[in-house]
Amino acid sequence: MSAEIEYTTISGISGPLLFIDGVRGVGYGDIVEIRDSSGQIRTGQTLEVDEQRAVVQVYEGTSGLSVHGTRAVFVGKPMEIPVDRDMLGRVFDGLGRPIDGAPQVITDRVMNVNGMPINPWAREYPRDFIQTGISAIDGMNTLIRGQKLPIFSGSGMPHNRIAAQIARQAKILTAGEEFTVIFAAMGVNFDVARFFIDSLEESGVLTHSAMFLSLADSPSIERLVTPRIALTLAEYLAFEEGMHVLVILTDITNYCEALRELSSSRGEIPSRKGYPGYLYSDLATLYERAGRLKGCGGSITQIPILTMPSDDISHPVPDLTGYITEGQIVLERQLFNKGIYPPIAGLPSLSRLMKDGIGEGRTRQDHGHVAAQLFASYAKVKRIRELAAIVGEEELSELDKIYLKFGAAFEDVFLRQAYDEDRSIEQTLEIGWRVLSLLPGEELYRLTRDELQRYYLA
Amino acid sequence: MDDLATGKVIAVNGPIVKATGLRGIGMFDVAEVGSDRLMGEVIRLDKDVTIIQVYEDNTGMRPGDEVISHCRPLSVLLGPGLIGNIYDGIQRPLVGLCEMCGSYIRKGITISPLAVDRKWEFQPLADAGTEVRGGSLIGEVRESPLVLHRVLLPPGVSGTLTGIAPAGQYTIEEEVFTLDTGSGTYSGKLASYWPVRRPRPAGTRKKPSIPLITGQRIIDTFFPIARGGTAAIPGGFGTGKTMTQHALAKWCNADIIVYIGCGERGNEMTEVLTDFPRLIDERNGRPLIERTVMIANTSNMPVPAREVSIYTGVTIAEYYRDMGYGVAVMADSTSRWAEALRELASRLGDMPAEEGFPPYLGTRLAEFYERAGRVETLSGREGDITIIGAVSPPGGDFSEPVTQNTSRFVRCFWALDKTLADARHYPSISWIDSYTEYLSDIGQWWENLDNEWLSIRNELMNILVEDHRLQQVVKLVGSDALPPSEQYVLFCAETIKNVFLQQNSFDPHDKFCSPEKQLKLLHTLVCLYRRGLELVQAGLSVKDIAGLEVVSEIVRLKSEISNREIEKIDAYTLRLEQGLAALKIPTTGE
Repeated sequence: MSAEIEYTTISGISGPLLFIDGVRGVGYGDIVEIRDSSGQIRTGQTLEVDEQRAVVQVYEGTSGLSVHGTRAVFVGKPMEIPVDRDMLGRVFDGLGRPIDGAPQVITDRVMNVNGMPINPWAREYPRDFIQTGISAIDGMNTLIRGQKLPIFSGSGMPHNRIAAQIARQAKILTAGEEFTVIFAAMGVNFDVARFFIDSLEESGVLTHSAMFLSLADSPSIERLVTPRIALTLAEYLAFEEGMHVLVILTDITNYCEALRELSSSRGEIPSRKGYPGYLYSDLATLYERAGRLKGCGGSITQIPILTMPSDDISHPVPDLTGYITEGQIVLERQLFNKGIYPPIAGLPSLSRLMKDGIGEGRTRQDHGHVAAQLFASYAKVKRIRELAAIVGEEELSELDKIYLKFGAAFEDVFLRQAYDEDRSIEQTLEIGWRVLSLLPGEELYRLTRDELQRYYLA
Repeated sequence: MDDLATGKVIAVNGPIVKATGLRGIGMFDVAEVGSDRLMGEVIRLDKDVTIIQVYEDNTGMRPGDEVISHCRPLSVLLGPGLIGNIYDGIQRPLVGLCEMCGSYIRKGITISPLAVDRKWEFQPLADAGTEVRGGSLIGEVRESPLVLHRVLLPPGVSGTLTGIAPAGQYTIEEEVFTLDTGSGTYSGKLASYWPVRRPRPAGTRKKPSIPLITGQRIIDTFFPIARGGTAAIPGGFGTGKTMTQHALAKWCNADIIVYIGCGERGNEMTEVLTDFPRLIDERNGRPLIERTVMIANTSNMPVPAREVSIYTGVTIAEYYRDMGYGVAVMADSTSRWAEALRELASRLGDMPAEEGFPPYLGTRLAEFYERAGRVETLSGREGDITIIGAVSPPGGDFSEPVTQNTSRFVRCFWALDKTLADARHYPSISWIDSYTEYLSDIGQWWENLDNEWLSIRNELMNILVEDHRLQQVVKLVGSDALPPSEQYVLFCAETIKNVFLQQNSFDPHDKFCSPEKQLKLLHTLVCLYRRGLELVQAGLSVKDIAGLEVVSEIVRLKSEISNREIEKIDAYTLRLEQGLAALKIPTTGE
C-alpha cells in the first residue's frame, strides 16, 4: 500500500502549495499528512499529480515548512470528517477539530467533505414557507425551507444581525418544528463569531447548533474546507437524521479570495478580477448542497453572507453567487444611512422560490399580488424621487406627491422594524395593505377587484 | 472496426487526464479511465500522449491507472423512450441513476439511456424488397399520446430491405428489419447511435416563414421568432431568463421541446420535473411532459459533462426533426457552457483570448446555432429546430465575450432589462434593446390573419420608442411641461406596457395569449391611441381620457378574458369608442 510510504522529497514550496517529487500511486484529491521538522502535523490535499511529482495544497498554510526535514504521507483517500448528532452544541476550528476544550466526538460514521451532486430527480421541490418575522423578507422575498438565499451586504451594514434575527425567529407555520443552526465562519474576526455565539445562546438554540470557526488569523487556505465540513455535517443531520438545518456561511467573499490566492499560486489563467475561471462551478459545489430530498424529512436551508467590495453588486463574487442561489437579500447603504433597520433594498432583493411557497393554504391568497404591487409601486417611487431631485418636489403632480408619501411610509412602516420584533405574516400583509391604501385604488392594477374590495382601506 | 486500445494514465489535473499507449485512438473518441471505468472523451492528441476529459468526478484517479477505448466517438442512443425522460449531460437517465444509487449521483455507473425491456407497438410501413436509403420510413411506434415516433433508416445507410418484422411488440434491442447494403447485412433496430458532435444530415434548407407562436405577447407581436430560427435571451441574474425559458417551453407551439439545463440550479430542473407532468396544454389537452425531453447537468455536476450537454440535446432535437417535427431547443444557459469550455481550455494551457475564454469560443457558438433551421428532411418531410439560448453576462454587462459572440450568430435578441425586473414587470424583455430579423420573413403569416397587423404593430412600437425618448426629457423637467399630445403618448405607452407587454405566466388566462387575442388587444390599444390623440389635439386633456372607467378596465382584460371568448374584447373596444366619442371637447377661444 502506498499509504505507508513517507516522502522527504519536497522539491519546492510556493504560497500554500507543496511540490513533492518521485511519488508513486498517489491519487488526485488524496489527503496528505505533512510533518514538519518540529513534529507538528498539517493536512494537505493533492491538486495535481503526474509520474514525477504531486502538487499539494496545505490547509494550515506553509509558513515554517522547509524543503528539508519535512515528511509527507499520502493517506490514499479524500478528506473525511466524523459526523454525529453529538456535534451539536460544540465549537470546532476550520478543519473540524474541537476548540471548546471538550474531547473529539467519537463516532464510526465518517463522510467525504466534498459531498456528491444531488440527482435533480431525487430533489423535492421546496415550497414550505418559513416565517422569519421580518416583513421585507416574509412579505416580498419569502424564504422557503430548502432554499439558498444569500445576504448581499457591504462593510459596516447589519448583515450579521439580520442573519441572527432569522436564526432566532424562523418558524414553519404548519408545524412547531425548530431549526438546527450550523454556523461556518470564514476569515471573519472573532467579534463576529462571538456575536453569533451570544445571540444563539440568548435564544437558547446554542445547545443544538454547531460552529466551525476559521477566523481571520487562520491560514487563508483553511477557508476552502471550512464550509464543506459544515455542509457535510448539515447533510448528515438533514438527510440521515431528518432534521431541519439552517446553515449560515460568512463571509463568502473571504472564501473566494482564498480560492483566488490558491489559483494564482498555481499559475492559472485568471478570468475577471483575478478570480479563477472555475469560481462559478466551485461556488456551485457549496450552494447546491442546499435543498430537500424525496422521502427524507429533513432539509438544508442556506443563508450565505457576503460583503460586496465597495457595494458593487456586479463584482464577480455577488454576481456569480446571484446566478446560483435562489434569489438574494440585498442591503442598501442609503436606507442604512437613513437609520432604517433592516436596510433591505426594496427592488434588487428577490426570492425565486417565493411564487410556489405562498398563497391560499400556505400564507394568504392575496400575498403574491400584494408583493407584486408593492414592488411595482415602489419602483415608481424611485423614478419620481429621481425627478424630484431635479425639478423639486413642489413641481410634481398631485399623484406623484401621493407616491412620495407612499414611498416614505413603505420604508418607515413596512421595512423598518426592531431587532426583536417578530411579525406574523398576517401582520406583514396588514401593514402592506395599510401603506398601499395611501395610493388611489385605480393605481393598484396588480391587485384584483375582489382583493381591493376586501382589503383596501378607503 | 471495433478496435480496442489500452493505455495508462500518466498525469491527472482535475478532470483533464493524460494517458499514453492508446494506439489508434482518434479525436473525440470515448475512453474509459481507471478502475471505476469513468467515461471520458479524447480532446487532444500529442505524439503518444492522449489528453482525455473525464465526464465524472475523478477524485482518487492516479498515474498508472488503466485506460481502455473502443475508438468510437461519443454518441447518444436515439429511439423511442426519449420523450418524458430526463438525462444528465452524457445521456445517463437520472431516474435510473436514482433507483440504482439513491439521491446522490455516484461515479462509474452505466445505464442504458432507453429502457431495454420495454416493449413498443411497432407498425411496419415498408415492404421487403424495396430500395431504401438514409431517412427512409421503415415503420411507426406510438411513443407518447402526442408523439408518433417514425422509425427511419439512419443517415448514411442504404440498400435493399430484405426483411421487416410484422406488426407487434418489440424492445429497442430486437431486430425489426434487415438490409442488404451491398457489402454486408445491416441489422435494424428501433434505436440507433449517433455521434453528438456531428450534425445529422438533412436535405435543403427552407426559408423560415412560419412564426413560432409562443403565446408571449411581447415576443409574438413585437419581436417574433420563426420556426427554425435562433434567439438569445441575455440578462443579468434575477432578470427572469429561466422564467422566460420556462414560459416558452410550456406554451410555444413546437411539437417537441428539448430543455437543456446546462450548469444551472438543481431546484429549477426539479421545478420543470414537478410542473410539466401536471400542466395541461390547452391545444391538445395533454400534459406537457408528453412532448418534452430534458437534459439536466446542474452547476455542481462535473464540468466536462456540461460542455457536452448542449450537443446531446441538439442531437436529440435533430432526431425528431428528421421525423418531420418542429422542435424547440431551450439551452439554459449557454454562458455556463462557455465557462466549461474556458475551464477546460485553461487546464489544457490554451492561450486565452478575451476574459480568459479560448479563441475558438465564437466558432463553437456558431456551430451550435447553425444546427437550427427549417429543412426538408431526408424522408422528404418538413422539420425544423428552433434554438433559444439564455446568456448570463457577468454583471449584466452585454459587452462581454459570450453575449457579443452570440449576438453575431442569432437573428433574434431578447434583451432582459434589470429595471423592468425590479418593478416585477415580466417578461422583462426590453422593447428598446431587443431586435428581431424575422419580421419580414413571417409578416405574411400574420397578414393572412389580419392585414392591418404590421401597421398596428409598427404604430405601437413607435409609441414605445417615442416614449423612451420623451422619458429622457421627463427626467429633467417633469411630464407636466410637455405639450398635451406628447403627454398623451406617455399615457398610451404606459397603457401598452400594462395591458399588453406585461404578462403573468402564472395566471390561468394570461399565461398563454393566442395570436387572435393579441390582435384583439392590439385593436383596442390602437383605437385608444388614434381616437384619443384626435381629442387631445382638439383640446381635451389627457386626464379626461385616463379618467374614463373603460380605460381602467382594459388593463384587466388579459387576465379576465380567456382565449376562447375573445369576442368579449370587441365589446370593450366598442365601449371605449363610445366613451371617447361622448367626451365633450371644450369650445375653443376660452
